[in-house]
Amino acid sequence: MSDHVVVVGSSVGGVRTVQELRRLGFGGDITVVGQEEEKPYDKPPLSKQVLMGTQTEDQILLLGEGGFEALGAQARLGVRATGLDIDSMTVALADGDEVEYDALVIATGVRPRNLSPALNELDSVFTVRELRDARELAARASLGPVAVVGAGFIGAEVAASFRSLGTEVTMTEAMQAPFARALGAQVGGLLSELHQDHGVQLLTDATVQTIERSGDVTLVRLADGRRVEAATVVVGIGATPNTEWLGDSGLKIADGVWVDAGCAVLAQGFGPHAEGVYAIGDVARQVDPVTNKDYRVEHWTNAVEHAHAVARQIVDPTSAPQPLKAPYFWSDQFDLKVQMVGRPAEADAVTMHRFNVSGTEKTVAIYEANGVVAAAVTLGWPRAIAACRHAWEARADVDALVSTLSELADRRRTAAL
Amino acid sequence: MKLGSDVGKCQGYGNCVAIDEQHFDLDDDGMVVVVQQEVSEGERETTEEAVRSCPVAAIWIEGAR
Ligand SMILES: Cc1cc2nc3c(=O)[nH]c(=O)nc-3n(C[C@H](O)[C@H](O)[C@H](O)COP(=O)(O)OP(=O)(O)OC[C@H]3O[C@@H](n4cnc5c(N)ncnc54)[C@H](O)[C@@H]3O)c2cc1C
Ligand code: SF4
Repeated sequence: MSDHVVVVGSSVGGVRTVQELRRLGFGGDITVVGQEEEKPYDKPPLSKQVLMGTQTEDQILLLGEGGFEALGAQARLGVRATGLDIDSMTVALADGDEVEYDALVIATGVRPRNLSPALNELDSVFTVRELRDARELAARASLGPVAVVGAGFIGAEVAASFRSLGTEVTMTEAMQAPFARALGAQVGGLLSELHQDHGVQLLTDATVQTIERSGDVTLVRLADGRRVEAATVVVGIGATPNTEWLGDSGLKIADGVWVDAGCAVLAQGFGPHAEGVYAIGDVARQVDPVTNKDYRVEHWTNAVEHAHAVARQIVDPTSAPQPLKAPYFWSDQFDLKVQMVGRPAEADAVTMHRFNVSGTEKTVAIYEANGVVAAAVTLGWPRAIAACRHAWEARADVDALVSTLSELADRRRTAAL
Repeated sequence: MKLGSDVGKCQGYGNCVAIDEQHFDLDDDGMVVVVQQEVSEGERETTEEAVRSCPVAAIWIEGAR
């Protein structure tokens, strides 16, 4: 068993790793290195509750009273890791220190992609990844119209949150419909309607050319000549893994740190194996041992599942890794819960299904690949998502899932115990 | 051991149900329902995992919070 575990990244992946190690009885030393000075907090509420002011900063903290100390872990917050040497098994820190490890968990996540470096330098242009982003944005709700560039999940949530506060919102999307790339045209269409019904002005086929500032107004110019004037611009066009610090470490890195089913890192080419090094969460690109395909998943539940898996591997390196879990994601937009399981990108067909649940219509999109359920998206029907997750894991066919969902719709569940 | 829940906190993410259907379900409005309150020693591991999987700490095992 390792004596000293070093975790780099103090967000949900890193925090849950430390908690699980202790829960499994790991008695060695733990050091957590995190670039952000803040007490570890959860990110999903940043574009939702924190922006809308329905949750305070204290309510999204990941650790209870006592923080890392209560878990017997040494925290080095506000310090960046700058390098990894897999031979001497050391991590270099920005403050000049070096930390030796027996096991290293890389949990450095992702950061928002920029349009082009210059465009984000205006102080009225934001991305959302850290608490300070949400803090500053919340304070700008009353300053006037908001333009959201990129109708991905985070952009759409930011748009919905600002609309709920009464702010005027325009959202631009390069494709024909928001989410069209991720979820297909049908679900994209339904979500477009949702946003339009709530007063979001949606501009599709919109490629941003420049963002300029003139006085209090920030101007978003589109390639086709359209323009959006706003007080605040939020850019949500995807994310890039934080792997620069691993530069020439010898790990296999290409859009993420490549790992096996147990989250152990893979070597670059025929290079040496990096003993005791793991990567988890948003930064990890995991190879499915069954299909040999690789996936990088930017979902909360994935980070927690990885954290649990990696803690088990560290405590017992001989334990056999479990099969990859169903990727699962939720998003809250206005009063609608959008929940997704599986991998829509792998589907060759999508069908829309409607169910009557005590008088209300619920919609489920089922994505199919080679006859089996590749993914499912539920709109406003949380109860159905567990059945969809099981169907994905069991490689069920679409008809089987539809009949399970019909039964579920008929089997009412109202009163709590 | 007994289960506790705070429906006011629940966001209907369904992580708990996906892991432990014997103890958790969601109602039609997407709020967690504890369908079996007693947790036996044999069930404990799975139920604890379900509790830990909740993103908003809306469920817990009494005395273990
Ligand atoms: C606004 C927003 C809304 C979201 N909403 C949802 C949602 O509704 N549902 C859902 O399933 N998921 C959602 N997500 C995704 C979810 O939050 C992530 O999947 C999760 O945070 C991943 O955790 P992680 O620990 O892998 O990485 P991260 O949370 O990205 O944490 C990485 C940490 O590492 C630190 N770090 C980076 N480089 C270094 C370095 N060199 N040295 C030291 N520290 C470093 C970073 O500062 C950061 O604190 C959302 C994300 C955001 C940003
Ligand atoms: S995991 Fe938590 S938030 Fe999700 S349904 Fe269960 S209790 Fe509710």
